[in-house]
Amino acid sequence: MIRIDSVTKRYPDGTVAVDRLSLEIPDRSITVLVGPSGCGKTTTLRMINRMVEPSEGRILLDGADIREQPVNTLRRSMGYVIQNAGLFQHRTILDNIATVPRLLGWNRQRARARAAELMERVGLDSSLAKRYPYQLSGGQQQRVGVARALAADPPVLLMDEPFSAVDPVVRKGLQEELLRIQDELGKTIVFVTHDIDEAIKLGTMVAVLRTGGRLAQYAPPAELLTAPADDFVEDFLGTDRGIRRLSFFASSALELKTSPIVAVDSTAEQIATRGAGDTPYLLVTDLDGRPLGWAEPGELTAGEIDPGRLLPYGRPFEHGQESLRAALDGAVLSPTGWAVGVDGSGRVVGVVSQQTIGEAIRGAHAEGAAVAAGTEAEVSG
Amino acid sequence: MNRFFDLPSDLQHSWFGLIGLHLREALLPVLAGLVVALPVAQLCVRFRWLYPPVLGLTTVLYAIPSLAFFVVLIDYTGQTELTVMIPLAVYSLVVLVPAIVDGVRSVPQETLAAATAMGFGPVRRYFQVQLPIAVPAIVAGLRVATVSSISLVSVGMLIGNQGALGNLLNDANIYHRPELAVNSVVTTAALAILADAALVLVRLVLTPWMPRGTRRVRRTRTATARPEPAAQPVLEDAVR
Repeated sequence: MIRIDSVTKRYPDGTVAVDRLSLEIPDRSITVLVGPSGCGKTTTLRMINRMVEPSEGRILLDGADIREQPVNTLRRSMGYVIQNAGLFQHRTILDNIATVPRLLGWNRQRARARAAELMERVGLDSSLAKRYPYQLSGGQQQRVGVARALAADPPVLLMDEPFSAVDPVVRKGLQEELLRIQDELGKTIVFVTHDIDEAIKLGTMVAVLRTGGRLAQYAPPAELLTAPADDFVEDFLGTDRGIRRLSFFASSALELKTSPIVAVDSTAEQIATRGAGDTPYLLVTDLDGRPLGWAEPGELTAGEIDPGRLLPYGRPFEHGQESLRAALDGAVLSPTGWAVGVDGSGRVVGVVSQQTIGEAIRGAHAEGAAVAAGTEAEVSG
Repeated sequence: MNRFFDLPSDLQHSWFGLIGLHLREALLPVLAGLVVALPVAQLCVRFRWLYPPVLGLTTVLYAIPSLAFFVVLIDYTGQTELTVMIPLAVYSLVVLVPAIVDGVRSVPQETLAAATAMGFGPVRRYFQVQLPIAVPAIVAGLRVATVSSISLVSVGMLIGNQGALGNLLNDANIYHRPELAVNSVVTTAALAILADAALVLVRLVLTPWMPRGTRRVRRTRTATARPEPAAQPVLEDAVR
């Protein structure tokens, strides 16, 4: 565990970058430091590997002051990933990744073997090993940055806005990759970002810092969305925190209906029976059970169903895997107001109305409120 | 034309001998300049306040005419090659120091931060990260210094046959053989071009990591502020 113990960083000109900050960063989880520019998040991160020395207070790693060991030994035991990757442009990808093992005195062969192993782990093709950084895309470079940080298998990983400079699609891929790698490796990750969505997506714990380097709130992301500590945090979270909070409620609680589903080759009788239920629309699927679109029962003629004339079904959600947010999104996207639940292979497992989703949300809120009441947290909205 | 390579005996060298002499008198000073410039530039990078005065000093030294240098040096080093090479080494600093400083400073901040964060000490960081990345800028500086030095060697003629190919100019005058002057100018220019090409080759070999096709040639300030030295060695000498 990393313990930041009332640390202050004051520069000679009097600027206070970090102001009496105390944080306990749990092992084997992702702790995100988030806040606007000038909130001291990067300074805090750099104090953990002593690239910045605190003016007051101390930082403990597993109970021992980090100043007790030689600074370069400390740094080699902490992976560091930086914005724009900061790769060594004059070294090949393989040698970039092998940097820290080489510093630790591994022989070249062993270091390169380890580097090759890591390329695979972060999803880089082995054909890139002999390339130079300029030959890689921004996303690939960032993967190399992560691989390089992991090369010596450090218990701690410090990440300073690692994904800020890549485009949103690549960023999403990198974020998911990081979560997957974290599932496998279980590092103690301290992650700095100015993007609250990234913080909520990645963080086990999120520390919101305000300008001047003061801690505004330190909580798991769901709690942050439910009960922001003050106006600053609420403002920083943005306007749709209610919707975003739904990401933390599982869709498995939804009861799906299977009655209003017909296959594209259904007989007139099947259409009549299914259409006789209390739902205004029927979902037509192909022969594999994948969704094609919605239609009113009266508009369907057996044997002559034209998939091109069906109403769009929005974006299906993976039942049990994705959250209530995905389910609600699917329902809002379809003009029928119904969301389509699918399994991992995209086959329909059932449909659910906005109304049912709404009830599930209220249920989840009630549960959340009960939990919050138990921890004496204040629930607003 | 058959008298083109028929050199007067007072030169005490064949044509190839003069070329060898010329290269030695031109390149050793650049090498010496590099050896001095590297630590000086590193000090300038480390202590920013040092850079402007150092730059001023190299410029002032560069402004001293070689004749004035000779007058002072000749008391100590006599009519030797060394008397020619010391000013040339001093002149090369005006190009090499800023080239190295710019090169080392051009290393991106995040690369330096990453190196520090991975546990590079300052010395290791300098030799394994900053210097290799500065190679293109350093070679660009070396190219200007080398070409300039090759053209300036000729001035050594003034202290008694220490100008290598430049001595041909004097002989052309004495013996009324203009082809010797042509020989001197053409050979000096060819040497400059070949030396420049060799340095480009060295950079290509040292920097396989640079994007091909879009290689940036770093032109130092002084390179554009002066006329192309190789093309006009005689004029240059006249000025000095």
